Amino acid sequence: MIAPSAYLLLSAILFGIGVVGVVARKNILIILMSVELMLNGVNVAFVAAGSYLGDPAGGVFAFMVMTVAAAEAAVGLALLIALYRLKETIDITELKVLKW
Amino acid sequence: MVNGILEYLWLVPALPLLGVVLNGAIALFAERPLLLKEAGSHHETPAYRKLVAFIAPAVVGAAFIVALLCVLSLASRPADGRTFVQILFPWIQAGSLLVPAALQLDPLSSVMALVVTGVGFLIHVYSVGYMSHERAFARYFVCLNLFMFAMLTLVLANNYLLMFVGWEGVGLCSYLLIGFWYEKQSASDAGKKAFVANRIGDFGVLLAMFLVFWTFGSLSYTEVFAKVPLLRESGVLTTGLATAITLLLFLGATGKSAQIPLYVWLPDAMEGPTPVSALIHAATMVTAGVYMVARSSALFLLAPDTMMVVAVIGAVTAIFSATIGICQTDIKRVLAYSTVSQLGYMFLACGVGAFTAAIFHLMTHAFFKALLFLGSGSVIHALSGEQDMRKMGGLKKYVPITFATMFAATLAIAGIPGLSGFFSKDEILWQAFSSSHGSPVLWVIAALAAGITAFYMFRLVFLTFFGKSRMDPGVEKHAHESPWSMTAPLVILAVLSVAGGWVGIPAVLGGSNLFEHWLAPVFHPVAAAGAHGAAVAGAAEGAVHHPAALEIGLMALSVAIALCGIGLAYFLYRVRTGKPAEIASRWPTLYDVVYHKYYIDEFYEWAVIRRVVTFSDGLWQMFDALFIDGIVNGAADLVRAAAGRIRRLQGGVVGGYAFSLLAGAVLLVGYILYRSVVQ
Repeated sequence: MIAPSAYLLLSAILFGIGVVGVVARKNILIILMSVELMLNGVNVAFVAAGSYLGDPAGGVFAFMVMTVAAAEAAVGLALLIALYRLKETIDITELKVLKW
Repeated sequence: MVNGILEYLWLVPALPLLGVVLNGAIALFAERPLLLKEAGSHHETPAYRKLVAFIAPAVVGAAFIVALLCVLSLASRPADGRTFVQILFPWIQAGSLLVPAALQLDPLSSVMALVVTGVGFLIHVYSVGYMSHERAFARYFVCLNLFMFAMLTLVLANNYLLMFVGWEGVGLCSYLLIGFWYEKQSASDAGKKAFVANRIGDFGVLLAMFLVFWTFGSLSYTEVFAKVPLLRESGVLTTGLATAITLLLFLGATGKSAQIPLYVWLPDAMEGPTPVSALIHAATMVTAGVYMVARSSALFLLAPDTMMVVAVIGAVTAIFSATIGICQTDIKRVLAYSTVSQLGYMFLACGVGAFTAAIFHLMTHAFFKALLFLGSGSVIHALSGEQDMRKMGGLKKYVPITFATMFAATLAIAGIPGLSGFFSKDEILWQAFSSSHGSPVLWVIAALAAGITAFYMFRLVFLTFFGKSRMDPGVEKHAHESPWSMTAPLVILAVLSVAGGWVGIPAVLGGSNLFEHWLAPVFHPVAAAGAHGAAVAGAAEGAVHHPAALEIGLMALSVAIALCGIGLAYFLYRVRTGKPAEIASRWPTLYDVVYHKYYIDEFYEWAVIRRVVTFSDGLWQMFDALFIDGIVNGAADLVRAAAGRIRRLQGGVVGGYAFSLLAGAVLLVGYILYRSVVQ
């Protein structure tokens, strides 16, 4: 039996990697992937907590998050392609027109 | 229907209003498109003009008939029951301020209503002829009908507020009609001047109304005057308060009735069409101030200081403007200054407590001054628009009816015994001498003014109708008597100018003074209320304190003074016609000062208008441009300066936003954890 804290630790690590990816990387594709990592880190925590507490709600939540993540990935990638056609770049630091 | 015909009193102002609506529709939908189309092609007379020429006089004539029937019905009542109040509808209900739209017919307002509708009807008929060449024919009659409505509201109102509506309404119509030929700069300027001068007076009336409401809790005449003795006894209505109210009311009267210091607009008002000068600026509107003072006599009698101010201003205005009239060359301006002077007489009468005499003179003056103006209009009409008396002369044979009627009016205004002006003017002179508020000094001033009046009026007649013609040859060829629609009103007014005074023949001349008995219920019950009032009531009887011989003697003296004025005019303008120019060149400075109306307009320009402009300019520069704009621009600058730094945060780099999001989340979670640990 693996201790629940181990699952939570894994979840935190995955989430942390995702956060760093979102904040530090310039490639939008990578950022989108990092967002997926963050979401899945949270999923791990949901499933672990649901199993520990004997509550199926945790699993249901995880499925919900996956569905949303799939939709988000589809929209995000579509935006990305449109953006690339327009600007010929996917470097987020190049895209800073919307400022003061 | 206990009141019979009196129930239809509301028709008196309503009929002219109907005229406004009908003529207004015609002016708007038939005349205006025609005027806008273009200037030259109006040779044929459009059909609508006939309709207007019928409607406008007809509604006023009908109003006169209704008013006459109402007054006759009122006269059949006993003397103490001659006040009829008709409440039309509740108008203003705000807290304790209840103002109904209510009309009041009593002896005073019935005199006014009859004069206004009667003279007004004649002038409407006259206008049809006089304005027949005018393109904006319907517009003119809309204004004239509107004036009648406003003036009748003014005189028939039962409370100060409704009276003020009429007061402002007549001011508006005066403005519209003075500036009727608004393409002419001087006409539109004169309209503005009249309006502004009246506004100055109006603020006095407004303040007076506030004070009246504050003191009496009501604005209706019946309630206010009924409460006067009670509040007087309880000490609420002090003499100081009464003085304040009446002085403010009188300020309004000086504006509306062209007294010193606000008289300057009336001579300029002659820019309007001549029938307008006759109706508004001689017979009716300018007497509204006298009417208001007489209406408020119960209050004025409580304020001896105000009474003195009214009397002195009236007397000084009477003689001051009469002297200006001597040197004017424009026929209408002579009459304008004469009007100012005669209004001065009326205020003199009010100021000495002789309200009956004031209203009596108001009535006779309405007859003969309207006639003089209409006659001068007929002369101007005959001379194709010439107003300068230096270019007239010898007109007697061209316009015989105009001459005869104007001569009768001149005799009346000069105070020739037997004519209307004699009885009313002499009543005022006698009251100025004998009343407890009066003094011999006032009599001397007024009698002198009467002599000057006789002089300048006969100067006008001699210059216009007698002697050799000084007309331009082209003008003389076309000189013609006016159509019957103009001469008929002249004849009727001439009859009234001669006979109008016979209703007020004083007791000392064997008359019964019906006029005084008719007005007695309005002035004497209130007069009997206070200590001053009792004296005035006594003074109004006249012969109680003074022997009849004195009254007769003074009468003879004032007639002699008037005859001197006539004789002097005859000498200067018929016998030695070169003399006036000689006198003018002998004292050039004096002549210049009088000719330029004592430079009063210039003085006002310098002392008041320039100051106000400078002050307003200063306010604009200092307060508006610096202070107000400073606040607005300062607020904007402050926001901009503060935002200049903070907006740098919005750098457009998504990574930066993500980081601040993260930092925020960490801080929030950290705080929540901290709180849970501490607990």
